[in-house]
Amino acid sequence: MTEIFGIPIQAFAGQLLIGLQNGCFYAILSLGLAIIFGMLNIINFAHGALFMTGAFAAWYCTTSLGLSYWAALAVVPVVVGLFGILIERLLLQWLYKLDHLYGLLLTFGLALVIEGLFQHKFGSSGQSMSSPEALQGAVNLGFMFLPIYRGWVVGASIVLCIITWFMIERTRLGSYLRAGTENPRLVQSFGINVPLMITLTYGYGIALAAFAGVLAAPIIQVSPHMGANIIIVVFAVVVIGGMGSIMGSILTGLGLGLVEGLTKVFYPEASSTIVFVVMAIVLLIRPAGLFGKEK
Amino acid sequence: MKNLQTVGYAALLLLGLVAPFAVYPVLLMKCLCFGLFACAFNLLLGYAGLLSFGHAAFLGMAGYICGYTVQSLGFPPELGILAGTATAGLLGLAIGFLAIRRSGIYFAMITLALAQIVYFFCLKAQFTGAEDGLQGVPRGHLFGVFDLSQPLTMYYTVLAIFVGGVWIIHRTVHSPFGQILKSIRDNEPRAISLGYDVDRFKLLAFVLSAALAGLAGATKTMVFQLASLTDVHWHQSGEVVLMTLLGGMGTIFGPVVGAIVLVLLQDWLTGFGSWVVVLTGLIFIICVLAFRRGILGELLALKARML
Repeated sequence: MTEIFGIPIQAFAGQLLIGLQNGCFYAILSLGLAIIFGMLNIINFAHGALFMTGAFAAWYCTTSLGLSYWAALAVVPVVVGLFGILIERLLLQWLYKLDHLYGLLLTFGLALVIEGLFQHKFGSSGQSMSSPEALQGAVNLGFMFLPIYRGWVVGASIVLCIITWFMIERTRLGSYLRAGTENPRLVQSFGINVPLMITLTYGYGIALAAFAGVLAAPIIQVSPHMGANIIIVVFAVVVIGGMGSIMGSILTGLGLGLVEGLTKVFYPEASSTIVFVVMAIVLLIRPAGLFGKEK
Repeated sequence: MKNLQTVGYAALLLLGLVAPFAVYPVLLMKCLCFGLFACAFNLLLGYAGLLSFGHAAFLGMAGYICGYTVQSLGFPPELGILAGTATAGLLGLAIGFLAIRRSGIYFAMITLALAQIVYFFCLKAQFTGAEDGLQGVPRGHLFGVFDLSQPLTMYYTVLAIFVGGVWIIHRTVHSPFGQILKSIRDNEPRAISLGYDVDRFKLLAFVLSAALAGLAGATKTMVFQLASLTDVHWHQSGEVVLMTLLGGMGTIFGPVVGAIVLVLLQDWLTGFGSWVVVLTGLIFIICVLAFRRGILGELLALKARML
């Protein structure tokens, strides 16, 4: 069997893999948005910009600082996460008592500032970065050639998502977090430092975005606009999945990546809008989202 | 008090009439177009409490339709503007129908995503000229009589459209319909329990806001003889939010003030490239943190404190 629906299976599997890999980025980013929204009640528009910051930091570390890819993968999420903590302490903490919309507006402004600064420094054109030597090349799986780096991205992302899910759903720290999402005042009265937890949650969400940025850097053009392009899609993913469930965010992200990949095979013209179309359909059929429990 | 208000409006109108003799008319027309756009947006945010992050779709789409009908189908300017406005209204009906199914933060994300479909459509469609946009749209003769290629004639036409649009918004806000919108903004469950079909009111407000945004977009195309992707981009959607926030949401003229400040600022900073984006972002942050009532809102609050 070399063809499926009249399309060579090589090309078909290749597009699906790219779809799955984009789905991994959607999953990590929407996961971060969901846990941040749970604790802070803020939709973090700057998430895309910080994803982009992660990618640029990886590019800078490997090309200018002479660090290895692996060092960048370890250092960049920590540094960008600390930057996130700074943002939370300096700006976001003043907004918790206000309407949700102000959080969206402030982080939107923040995204513009970050994007503008990168554009000023590096211009609009993309930078490229090579993947580490250990992950170059491809293996023959019989029905397709699997580029090792893409396989690594998918594997690492899924492991990261599962670790995050486990931490939130199955550990004591996670139970504090879930309780804090339900009723922060009650949790605080039990002697748990909720403001600290909020700060760390934001930092972790941002570190996730930066980690995805480092993973993406060798396979996407590293440009100041990459963040804004992806965040709008991720918003649609969040609307489709609903932000109530961690596993829901992960599955929706991966699923929509696959749908996008399939669309590239069968109807390439629609590949940039398919996620938004799916969102419209979900709104018609199940307005609360696939995993949502609103109302 | 009522008399004072009438005198104030008359003074503003007079200012609008004499302004082109002191200031470059194209800049003024740009202020008026964006002012109307921001007012239309504010009808939704300030009075119905709905934050749309996709209003550029209506501005840009109306601009394209107006440009296309005038340039390629030979419509007279008034029909072109009408066609653009109507298209924006219909688009508002479609987007609004989907978006009002969720509220709050989701509403913003949905409108942003749906507007992105419109953006990609405009990027790919034939009639929009893709990356080049529509250039050299002829201004023609309004009602076959007034030659719009004369800057002053064009300016007074734009002024008339602006005054008409703002008047519609003013009437809407102060009508029973406007009162219901405000009650939905302040307490939606209460409005539902009083028997109002909240979704219908929201949708109607959305369509009205979209159509007026379209009117601004179509007029803008006639002024600049140009329709481009900039006007459908999400940056534009963000900018109109900022204009409203900066000027004062929930006031009739606040958004106009915000629009004028932002247009002048951008005009002044052309040539600084991406610093404009950084500055826009900074103003956003400052407004949210320290200045949530906006320029006009702060002035009104100051006045209330002094009386």
